[in-house]
Amino acid sequence: MQRIGVFVCWCGSNIAATVDVEAVSQALSHEAGVVFSTNYQYMCSQAGQEMIQAAIHEHRLTGVVICSCSPRMHENTFRKTCERAGINPYMVEIANIREQCSWIHKDKAVGTEKAIILGRAAIAKVLLNAPLTAGTSPVTKRALVIGGGIAGIQTALDIADAGFEVDIVEKEPTIGGKMTQIDKTFPTLDCAACILTPKMVDAAQNEKIKIYAYSQVEAVKGFVGNFTVTIRRKARYVDEEKCTGCGLCTEKCPQKKVPNAFNLGLDTRRAIYIPFAQAVPKIATIDADYCTMLKTGKCGVCSKVCTAGAIDYHQQDTLIEEHYGAIVVATGYNPIQLDQFDEFAYSHSPDVVTSLELERLMNAAGPTGGTLLRPSDKTHPHTLVFVQCVGSRCDGGEKGKPYCSKICCMYTAKHAMLIREKYPDTEVYVFYIDVRTPGKNFDEFYRRAVEEYGVHYIKGMVGKVTPQNGKLYVQAADLLGGQQLKIEADMVVLAAAIEPDKSARPLATMLTASMDTNDFFTEAHPKLRPVESPTAGIFLSGACQGPKDIPETVAQAGAAASKVIGLLVKDHLVCNPCVAESNELMCNGCSACEKVCPYGAITYIDKEFRGPNRTTLLRRIAQVNPAVCQGCGACTVACPSGAMDLKGFSNGQIMAEVDAICR
Amino acid sequence: MQEQVRAKAKALLESGVCDRILAWKTGEFFYDVTPAVFTSVEEIDRDLVYNAFCGANLSKYLIAESRKGGKVGAFLKPCDTYSFQQLLKEHRIRRENTYIVGVACEGMADIETIRAAGIKGVTGGDFTGETLTFETLYGAKTMARAEALAERCKFCKSKKLVIFDELLGEQGEEQDVGRFDEVKRLEAMSDEERFAFWQQELSKCIRCNACRNVCPACSCEKCVFDNPNSGVENKAAASSFEEQLFHIIRAFHVAGRCTDCGECSRVCPQHIPLHLLNRKFIKDINEIYGPYQAGADADTRPPLLTYETGDPEPRRGDAG
Repeated sequence: MQRIGVFVCWCGSNIAATVDVEAVSQALSHEAGVVFSTNYQYMCSQAGQEMIQAAIHEHRLTGVVICSCSPRMHENTFRKTCERAGINPYMVEIANIREQCSWIHKDKAVGTEKAIILGRAAIAKVLLNAPLTAGTSPVTKRALVIGGGIAGIQTALDIADAGFEVDIVEKEPTIGGKMTQIDKTFPTLDCAACILTPKMVDAAQNEKIKIYAYSQVEAVKGFVGNFTVTIRRKARYVDEEKCTGCGLCTEKCPQKKVPNAFNLGLDTRRAIYIPFAQAVPKIATIDADYCTMLKTGKCGVCSKVCTAGAIDYHQQDTLIEEHYGAIVVATGYNPIQLDQFDEFAYSHSPDVVTSLELERLMNAAGPTGGTLLRPSDKTHPHTLVFVQCVGSRCDGGEKGKPYCSKICCMYTAKHAMLIREKYPDTEVYVFYIDVRTPGKNFDEFYRRAVEEYGVHYIKGMVGKVTPQNGKLYVQAADLLGGQQLKIEADMVVLAAAIEPDKSARPLATMLTASMDTNDFFTEAHPKLRPVESPTAGIFLSGACQGPKDIPETVAQAGAAASKVIGLLVKDHLVCNPCVAESNELMCNGCSACEKVCPYGAITYIDKEFRGPNRTTLLRRIAQVNPAVCQGCGACTVACPSGAMDLKGFSNGQIMAEVDAICR
Repeated sequence: MQEQVRAKAKALLESGVCDRILAWKTGEFFYDVTPAVFTSVEEIDRDLVYNAFCGANLSKYLIAESRKGGKVGAFLKPCDTYSFQQLLKEHRIRRENTYIVGVACEGMADIETIRAAGIKGVTGGDFTGETLTFETLYGAKTMARAEALAERCKFCKSKKLVIFDELLGEQGEEQDVGRFDEVKRLEAMSDEERFAFWQQELSKCIRCNACRNVCPACSCEKCVFDNPNSGVENKAAASSFEEQLFHIIRAFHVAGRCTDCGECSRVCPQHIPLHLLNRKFIKDINEIYGPYQAGADADTRPPLLTYETGDPEPRRGDAG
């Protein structure tokens, strides 16, 4: 017979103000199996824990129920307390009478009644608890970084620096990400490529880092410390070992009409291409959508000019399987599509551009060689209008995003300043809802744009942009001046909201990592665990977790790396003992559990059983690998016969809790 | 057809292809034809029947029969082949120990329908053809088979034999004859009306377990209702459990696996339309996850055991 002790915490006034803790401990003392019941101001304090330990010894307790805050807060504390007093840590149950009771009730009578019911359920459960022992699992000392932008590169460099091997999977033909497309960086106005490309080269040359460019994660199996990842290496139609990156093929290819994705379609490239001069790895790639040879079988110019013999028109995608201990998601962001923002005439006039397109128009490696020219007629623009928050902070609407994209205020100040400095004959207007410049030297930067560079900042939104006679007529409200403005502009630049890369959602499913409604990855705790996903072994780096500028991204990348290093440095991880278990006498061998298991923890064997009349029956039965099982419980609901059960959360225990609540 | 079945059964035994034959024989009354295992030609000549009362689905018996030594030959009707294939999918039957003869089916008769047509005091007759002939105490009578059909056969989902080693008669096709009409009628009811309907129907249950015992999907090694540790078993004595939960739990347990063979309703001595519960699940699955027929093939992943990123999140009312 179990001997249960009940300990009701006041949590100062957090619980005691809306729950009569004395009444709760009194009521629960009469429950079957309870031999001791008390309450105390702070159960988690040293004194509270000593009180629990003393009671365990004095009353020879076999199980403990703590009525306190959420188990997410202190379950571990109390498990360790009880373990020190000599009872199995899994003989402890928490009744959450704070988050699920006192905090959500105002009426003390109601709160007290509910606290008693929650305590009763916990007692009913602990009566059926069995001691559990945690096993250990080994750690594969290698990390995978998904995404090779500045976030992924920095994370990989930091992990490699600690001596661990790390692979980067990048879906584009080169690493570098969005930062390669940016011209200058705020608030220092240094050249983005000048600070990024050395890091790209470092990553390529680091012997601990392996780069899988033009590759994608296809499948993820396993769990923290033991992931198995299938990577699709997309066919480049160029042998990576042989290609020297000389670029001759990219000059001779007769197919010249391919929109250049690196310059956001503002110019064209060949069907075989190297995205930009500093690409890493510097290997040519054939764009299968445009290559005449691949489409019609007639051409082969690149193959003829390639002295290294690297062209291989028959190359196929290959799948490789690698093992990792930790996975870092660094999938980054994209500007949103602007097809729902017709009022700004983005799809009607080439002179209405996004801010990222403006970066290319101002970059020395861009389509105009760094001279700012109107895309429509290649003339010098004299009046430019910047529109802030295009698609950002659109609350409740059908179009746009509810959040602030965070980086637009600063890069627009940068653009305005750069243009005014290089072309003093221009007039630059910035229309804004608010100017948000928190960050070191950020506000000073914005004020310089206004005060030193004479950029016209106007609070108000642009209502309409009308292309007419080669000009863009901008209608806008000046909220502070209380007037309508009409500006005849040469170019309009839209600060498009940013959103997570589209590849993030399917990836999150593969990783069983959670996302918010905007498809940003959710962190394990918004304040205290900002670079970890709630899924163990999955870490977050950069804008995949939320909009970020470069300094923040690099800081977060380093933080993610340090968490990964902290994991990889361990030889073994303690497993969760609350795993599934199959009762072989009841198992039908039907494979329902195997089909729903997200971790591949279930296998089948044929086992001999004693049948009637001294016969032997061969039966197919399920077996759970406890090192792989993560205790999600999906199998227990899929199992038709109830053979599959979750230790620590058995069907019987849950039914007992429900019965106790409904009593 | 009966003669063809008998001849085939004998040939399978005599040639040594099979060690025993699973088929049907007449029970105490002419209409209670029961599953039977035949091991000799004499037994086959004497007892084996294939007539309008061979409604029993033989697939479930193959779970046990295929685990015994030797090879069992079995005659399966179209709807039985769906159950058989579904059990194969669940690894319950050892396929290598079975030899399946698919037999065409003209639909099975329902004795209550025949009685309602005024045919009583039957002493014998011929029930194998399109016209059923009865010798009764009141003289010879006939009835067209099509008029005597059981409810499930009137709404037959398919005359296609989905798996077999050998075929007797013509291969058939899937059919669309409105088997969900009755479910739609129930869906159109108000919550109160529907609750009253099921309360009325389920209150008739005498908990004989016939529905469970005949159901090919209800073939667990240990049924939760027989398992004292399941948490549902001992509730039966505490409340009007059958009425409220037994059939509902059973319908949930077979959801996604039920092939709609209709055996549950056939064997219910209280005539509870249990198949409607299963059909409601089938209809919902079809509407939410796209058309799916349990047992129709060997490979399609069952929707209730499959997660796809585009899966809808149905809320109350979405599927009626």
